[in-house]
Amino acid sequence: MGSNWSGSLHRMMRRAGGWWRYGVIAGVPLAVAAAWAYTAGWLAPGRLTAPRIIDQIQVNSGSVYPGYRRAHAKGVCVIGHFVGSGALQPYSTAQVFMQGDIPVVGRFAIAGGNPYAPDGSVPVRSMALRLTQPNGQQWRTGMNSMPVNAVATPQAFFEQLQAQQPDLATGKPDPARLAAFFAAHPETAPFRAWAKTARPSASFATNNYWSLNAFELVDAQGAKHAVRWRMVPESAAEDAKGQGDNYLAADLVQRLAAGPLRWHLRVTFAEPGDPTADATKAWPADRREIDAGTLELTGTTPQDSGACRDINYDPLVLPDGIQASDDPLLPARSAAYAASYLRRTSEEAHLPGTAAGKKETR
Amino acid sequence: MARPIDMFVWPARLLHWLMAAMILAMLFIGVGMVASVSERHDWLVRVHKPLGIAILLLAVLRLAVRLRHPPPPLPADLPLLQRWAAFASHWLLYALMLALPLVGWAMLSAGGYPVMLSHSLRLPAILPANGVAFAVLRHLHAWLAVLLFVTFLAHLGAALYHGLVRRDGVLGSMVGWRPRR
Repeated sequence: MGSNWSGSLHRMMRRAGGWWRYGVIAGVPLAVAAAWAYTAGWLAPGRLTAPRIIDQIQVNSGSVYPGYRRAHAKGVCVIGHFVGSGALQPYSTAQVFMQGDIPVVGRFAIAGGNPYAPDGSVPVRSMALRLTQPNGQQWRTGMNSMPVNAVATPQAFFEQLQAQQPDLATGKPDPARLAAFFAAHPETAPFRAWAKTARPSASFATNNYWSLNAFELVDAQGAKHAVRWRMVPESAAEDAKGQGDNYLAADLVQRLAAGPLRWHLRVTFAEPGDPTADATKAWPADRREIDAGTLELTGTTPQDSGACRDINYDPLVLPDGIQASDDPLLPARSAAYAASYLRRTSEEAHLPGTAAGKKETR
Repeated sequence: MARPIDMFVWPARLLHWLMAAMILAMLFIGVGMVASVSERHDWLVRVHKPLGIAILLLAVLRLAVRLRHPPPPLPADLPLLQRWAAFASHWLLYALMLALPLVGWAMLSAGGYPVMLSHSLRLPAILPANGVAFAVLRHLHAWLAVLLFVTFLAHLGAALYHGLVRRDGVLGSMVGWRPRR
């Protein structure tokens, strides 16, 4: 048996004319496979990838909450429409900015990965919108109730998450580690100044919501205009403090029962030199603003059954006439949201290996 | 003008090498874009969709060429197992180059995403929005891509085996070389 095998191998080798041929046959596919694995990040554990960002967010949340968004997990669905003023048409070909009525499916949420967190635990609220144009293209935007972001790059965001990771003993972030992070990242100063004075609002309806990132409007001639935007509420600001842990959803139901809630979409145009790739820096207050239209919200439903549940508010889902800027946070948001969306829909589907498949231990 | 009996017709060879480059690029773009959080992410996603639809259209064309012009016969002395492997792997490759773009298209439809091939060109949804269907199709897309990659590696290894060891003209029939006997 052994001699037969070696005999046929010898015949094969004679015909092959040397081992190098087998080396090429095995080596070329192996090299291609290695390059593929490297591209996927499997051979580079130190590289920042979208799944690693979501992993860290899950660690910071203290648990995986199956079916929920990994960030801004606690929220409610809203529906309504956007009525364009037409004032932005010279700057963008997007149908959302024409005069007319665009259906909206949106979501309000509070920052953080715990869907059961008390509404008053964080000052940051968010508004996410999906606007569907008559031509079927969509504009999705996720906005926050602060004018600037804490960090400017995906790497710094990841380091911020690591610094915020709760200590196993105390259940709270290590103050020394946080202090070290802020010391190493002076660009966080404007955000920290905001956070010092920010109070958790008693209502989603009274907040401004900022785009944080810059985008580009594209006009009919193809010229690009760098912009940021914010939603400015018609509801007056209040000093009220919410009672209990879940006052935001109840407040929204109550207000909507009395009539629609409105915001104005105010679009700010950059002047030459204004940073488009740095979400930590506000633009000067005197920049030209255009009222692009009115958002009118008419209804709300819980997020586990509402129309917003299966929507990924990826800020790079944009219609013709709006494009991403050079802000490095935008592709990272898009990639990380996609990773979160895949995990929570997989849990919804009860696919094997997902968190929903595990037994609840508490 | 009769072609030599031992070669693929030129449209088959052209489609093969064009699609080889496109599919290999696509496999790298796919795993790269899912991981990347850099500015590459956005443009890789924007290349991935039109390239996928182009592969789908070319795969249909290629299937038509294949059915009209059967490939040259395999060498008569090729062992039965290798003959069977060649048959199965080629039809698996055809099935995957048709299935992957369709699953990707269906997956984006189920996710409720507009299927944008450019800033302004949108394909219609081929499935209603459904988060559970999205998750299943998204995983299927990834696993079919792994299967396509592994099948491609086997195909590459087999082609090199024919060219370097057997030197039986099979590699030449697609490269366009006449075998040296």
